[in-house]
Amino acid sequence: MTMFEAILLTIVTASTPLLIAAIGELVTERSGVLNLGVEGMLAMGAACSFAAAVTFDSTFLGVAAGMLAGVAMAAVFALAVLGFAANQVGSGLALTILGLGLSGLIGAPFVGARRNPVEPISIPGLSDIPLIGRLFFEQDLFVYASMLLTVAVALYLSKTRSGLTLRSIGENHTSAHGLGLPVLRMRLLAILFGGACSGLAGAYLSLVYTRFWSSGMTAGRGWIALALVVFAAWRPGWVLVGAYIFGAATVLQLHAQAAQFGVPSQLLSAVPYLATILALLLLSIRHGRAIGAPGSLGSPFVPDR
Amino acid sequence: MRFELTPRASVAPFMRTLAPILAFITAFLIAGFVIWLLGRSPLAAFQVYVVQPLSDPWALQELLVKATPLALIAIGLSYCFRANLWNIGAEGQYVVGAILGSWLALRTHGTDAGIWVLPAMLLLGIIGGALYGLIPAFLKTRFGVNEILTSLMLVYVAQLLLDYLVRGPWRDPKGFNFPQSVTFDPAATLPTLGEASRVHYGTVFAVLAVIVTAVVVGRTLFGYRLRLTGDAPRAARFAGFSSKNTTLAVFAISGGLAGLAGISEVAGQIGQLQPSISPGYGFTAITVAFLGRLNPFGILVAALVVALTFIGGESAQILLKLPLDLTQAFQGILLLCVLSADALVSYRVRIIRRGGGK
Repeated sequence: MTMFEAILLTIVTASTPLLIAAIGELVTERSGVLNLGVEGMLAMGAACSFAAAVTFDSTFLGVAAGMLAGVAMAAVFALAVLGFAANQVGSGLALTILGLGLSGLIGAPFVGARRNPVEPISIPGLSDIPLIGRLFFEQDLFVYASMLLTVAVALYLSKTRSGLTLRSIGENHTSAHGLGLPVLRMRLLAILFGGACSGLAGAYLSLVYTRFWSSGMTAGRGWIALALVVFAAWRPGWVLVGAYIFGAATVLQLHAQAAQFGVPSQLLSAVPYLATILALLLLSIRHGRAIGAPGSLGSPFVPDR
Repeated sequence: MRFELTPRASVAPFMRTLAPILAFITAFLIAGFVIWLLGRSPLAAFQVYVVQPLSDPWALQELLVKATPLALIAIGLSYCFRANLWNIGAEGQYVVGAILGSWLALRTHGTDAGIWVLPAMLLLGIIGGALYGLIPAFLKTRFGVNEILTSLMLVYVAQLLLDYLVRGPWRDPKGFNFPQSVTFDPAATLPTLGEASRVHYGTVFAVLAVIVTAVVVGRTLFGYRLRLTGDAPRAARFAGFSSKNTTLAVFAISGGLAGLAGISEVAGQIGQLQPSISPGYGFTAITVAFLGRLNPFGILVAALVVALTFIGGESAQILLKLPLDLTQAFQGILLLCVLSADALVSYRVRIIRRGGGK
């Protein structure tokens, strides 16, 4: 494998957790709920999946535990914002703080443990295509799952009746409620779906990307996933593009650090964060205010009878 | 079974005070449950977290020391939150304030610069924090960029900048290669209140900030404008209040106070720059602001209460071997409970069995 190929491969690995988490958040936001707790759900997914995978020596159980942890965190958030109509921004922040703390507690006994790499699955025939063959058709199951997930969510939102219901609830919950659409039930499902995705993304981080657990290892990826949704103007296809651009930026700055250009490593570490700000800025300059944002995003819904 | 919320026609004033207290008790019960799940005794933890710090004079001082940055930052954040603007980058503004203020301390290190150094450092701290806070505000007012994400991203950038400075150009050459700056001169150190005390003048600044804010928010046109912008943005526009100017003003205020907290902590408490100068005060202050219901005096009380979790967390780590992350987890639970309780003040919750309702 050439150096170039190796770099491209790591870009896929760095992009996949961003993609999975952002797709989940996209569905949540399309239902009109802003969940700023992605970072916390990601951390919990990473900690719980790693703990389960080491304890039972099973990647499968690890992934299941990670997704379950994400769903459980999302359920807490749903109780606050749907059950009690609490402020969504504040509750999301609280979820992040809670998740970062709780993940540290859960992961503490597993600091220093390591997992074996997850075996890639090559798709016969396609993986022999030069360059892109190995890149896209000889990956671990998560990468395929993230692609399928993107396509499935895109089709769900644009082609199914349920997807239309979800979008209309997100655009205007009062009208949707007036039409008899189940606003709170759809939002609950969308929040839980987002949690499952974040949990899966977290599992990918600790089981595949780093293969160890350390406190704070999510390093703001949850926030970058949130930014990706805005950057993608709430469209799944653009989330995919954005995730890969950010994955590339992350990997290239790591290589630049290794190459020692004489630039402080901290400046290069800041690149993903600065790039996020720049991307949001460029998008706003081109399109004006957040284009494509669901109309009811962030506002609580209390049905009046 | 499902919940149903009905708006309350009127809210008794005592409910507004009672809600955060009930939220705090609920959060404590949940945390006790988590500790029990970890296989520890919740009662022993309660003893270490609450009873011990409150019965030990040394720990009481420590309480003031920890509550100081929390109160300063949370007071600033209350301006933003009142106007319904989300500055969640106070941690970064705190760090940049500390950096800019420390710059002067390091420049004048070893010289007879005189008594102007300390006030100038504090002023630079405020300016640094305010300018850093103005970045997301400017991006929002000029280009419509979401302030939540930009202010948060800038936290990481500020922390990396601090890391670079203390490992690189600002590292103490005689510091055995430790990533830290020289220890500040006495002229660049914030004095303590009294001889053997650990409480420094930052606490005075926090109390002043509370009083000034109480007057500004309650008694001035600017305070009225803030509340109107937050509660009824359209009405505020019709009243001729520019939402852009309000945004810039509240971000500058909250950034400035966070910067003051940062330089006070470094000049009064730590005495030098090091890679980590905050156990997450900027984020915890969000919880403090809401626990205090955005009321200046409420925030003062909330800062003391939440400072307790930091001190309790440190002793629990030593005495009970409970990880420090428990403190953070508790703060998250607390914020969730406070926000939910807020909603319960305005709504009545009815539990409807399946088949009931519609």
